[in-house]
Amino acid sequence: MTTLTMVEAIRETLRAEMLRDERVILMGEDVGHLGGVFRATDGLRQQFGAQRVFDTPLAESVIAGSAVGLAISGLIPVFEMQFLGFSQNAFHQICQQIARTRFRTRGSHTCPITIRAPFGGNVRTPELHSDSMEPQYAQGTGLKVVMPSTAYDAKGLLASAIRDPDPVLFLEPLRGYRLVSDDVPDDDYTIEFGKLRVMREGDDITIVTWSASVPVVEQAVEQLVAEGINPHVVDLRTIVPLDEAGLVAAVEKTGRCVVVHESPAAAGFGAEVITLLQEQAFYSLQAPLKRVTAPDAPYPPPGIEGHYIPSSELVVRAVRETLID
Amino acid sequence: MSKSRATRGSNLDSDRALSLLTMMERIRAFEEQACLAAERDKLVLGAIHPSIGQEAVAAGIMQAVNPDDFLLSTHRGHGHTLAKGAEPLAMMRELLGRAGGCCGGKGGSMHIADFNVGMLGANGVVSANITIAAGAAHSMKLQRDSRVVVCIFGDGAINRGPFLEGLNWAKVFDLPILFVCEDNQYSATTRTSAMTAGDGAAARARALGLVDHTVDGNQVEEVADIATQCINRIRSGGGPEFLHAITYRRTGHTSFDPAAYRPADEAVQHEQRADPINRQRELLTLAGKDKSELDRIHTQAQQEMTDVLQQAAQSPFPDPALALKDVQDIGSPEQELR
Ligand SMILES: Cc1ncc(C[n+]2csc(CCOP(=O)(O)OP(=O)(O)O)c2C)c(N)n1
Ligand SMILES: [Mg+2]
Repeated sequence: MTTLTMVEAIRETLRAEMLRDERVILMGEDVGHLGGVFRATDGLRQQFGAQRVFDTPLAESVIAGSAVGLAISGLIPVFEMQFLGFSQNAFHQICQQIARTRFRTRGSHTCPITIRAPFGGNVRTPELHSDSMEPQYAQGTGLKVVMPSTAYDAKGLLASAIRDPDPVLFLEPLRGYRLVSDDVPDDDYTIEFGKLRVMREGDDITIVTWSASVPVVEQAVEQLVAEGINPHVVDLRTIVPLDEAGLVAAVEKTGRCVVVHESPAAAGFGAEVITLLQEQAFYSLQAPLKRVTAPDAPYPPPGIEGHYIPSSELVVRAVRETLID
Repeated sequence: MSKSRATRGSNLDSDRALSLLTMMERIRAFEEQACLAAERDKLVLGAIHPSIGQEAVAAGIMQAVNPDDFLLSTHRGHGHTLAKGAEPLAMMRELLGRAGGCCGGKGGSMHIADFNVGMLGANGVVSANITIAAGAAHSMKLQRDSRVVVCIFGDGAINRGPFLEGLNWAKVFDLPILFVCEDNQYSATTRTSAMTAGDGAAARARALGLVDHTVDGNQVEEVADIATQCINRIRSGGGPEFLHAITYRRTGHTSFDPAAYRPADEAVQHEQRADPINRQRELLTLAGKDKSELDRIHTQAQQEMTDVLQQAAQSPFPDPALALKDVQDIGSPEQELR
């Protein structure tokens, strides 16, 4: 067991997977010589050589597009989008090529591709450097969307992603890279996709969240517990596939639910969660389902981002309102 | 391909030469203050990308255009913007995210824009400004307007698709636009030459039929000469041209980046050999200008920008409600304001 930050856990998992399977290659802007602008691939080029860890031109669409060719002809590409915002330059390649290869080839070819992308706010970087775009990719049917919030989960989920025969978008909350750290087993392990993590058992209300919003919810929970409220809290960990049964059970337990995420509300993934609960947990509900999200506005400049990102106070308020209803 | 001739010694237009020096000194001073604001004072929220050592490109090209001509720039655009005529105080406020900034503090360093001086926007997405610039030039042509567009981008940008798409568009529609590849030899931490096939930016433009030029981007007189010729031809209907200005990024990619990935003395050597401000001072000295006059330009620029930072730092932050303003004209998220 070693205490690792999230970015260290990611780096060690990349190393382990490269040792485990020589078909695994890493590529992206500045990932080779420098070791990534956030150091996620630090030292890996030295260890595995320029054939397996290489810098690419500043060109997102060919990075993603070439990964299809690499993957369907025998390799396992893991590529980095320097920021998730720039992945929109490769949206076509990701959602319409990578994600649909299995479907188009009637299952004869899959795309064992892992796309790593830092994202999320509260790190004082403007607009598209901070955007949370998971709902857009959740619709790219054929693509798995994995969103860990701890170093432990990052390791197990990234190992699963790289070994997965299908493409996985692995989203790394920028703010958690160095702020989040926890105990990570040295031994190999994987975490199955589509299994939520119960962060806390409780029976007053269920809070559903994932990724960058997990620390916000943790803060809110401290406050709620101090007020005598006992929330049940779950971290989805992967939004595609979604742990439908786990989600329904978690909400049936309390009959109340608040969903917290950092992307804007309209057509966000919270809407999907709430629809599912409406369809499958309706008769256990005791209050309207509620969302705490960013507003439907572009990510603001750093000076005012604190007013944009859902805060723990807003989560506390939403929980109180849901309990009164 | 054509090469420009340096204007030397006796045939130097000394008014222009002094104004080019003044602009370079102001850009340098502005960015030095911006770096201090970022590192010493921790007043810049997020990163800034300095263009220290690259001032000749901004100053030389912008002296060739009219105040109402258009400019599209990049994440490394302070110099371009200042040289296009933006107010340094409004720019500094923008960098510090304050009210009274060019964009009310909402754009920040990477998305600065000032339509009042024809500055149609910096862009945080590498290469994205190229297609937008093509559109602005197209608009001028369709409206029979005589304004021209200058689009500046980095050497990294030429490896993205919009470079091909934008240049092709400009040529096909024969648009009034000057594309400038400001080649500082690095794309973030990577040497661009290691990631760029073929003979580089100008050769690519030539392959699409654009008239192309290569210039020493550390020699402001050469940049100014060649830009003036290009802009004159473009304005009189000659179609798009391409200028490859070769310079050097003296700082790290951002003000916080120590640039440990390149030889330790590379930047120092470059400064000694090719600093555009020193070169221009030498040229003016050769032409008989007094050292004291040149020093005064330096001191004035330093003073101006020190004052600018001081004033900007005292400016208030914008109203948080700004985060939800101007998203769209219906269904405003302001209703969600909390
Ligand atoms: C499409 C896109 N991908 C990645 C980035 C991250 N990034 C910002 S600047 C930069 C390097 C740009 O190099 P160049 O075009 O030469 O401009 P310079 O920074 O040298 O001025 C990178 C990779 C970005 N802003 N946009
Ligand atoms: Mg460059």
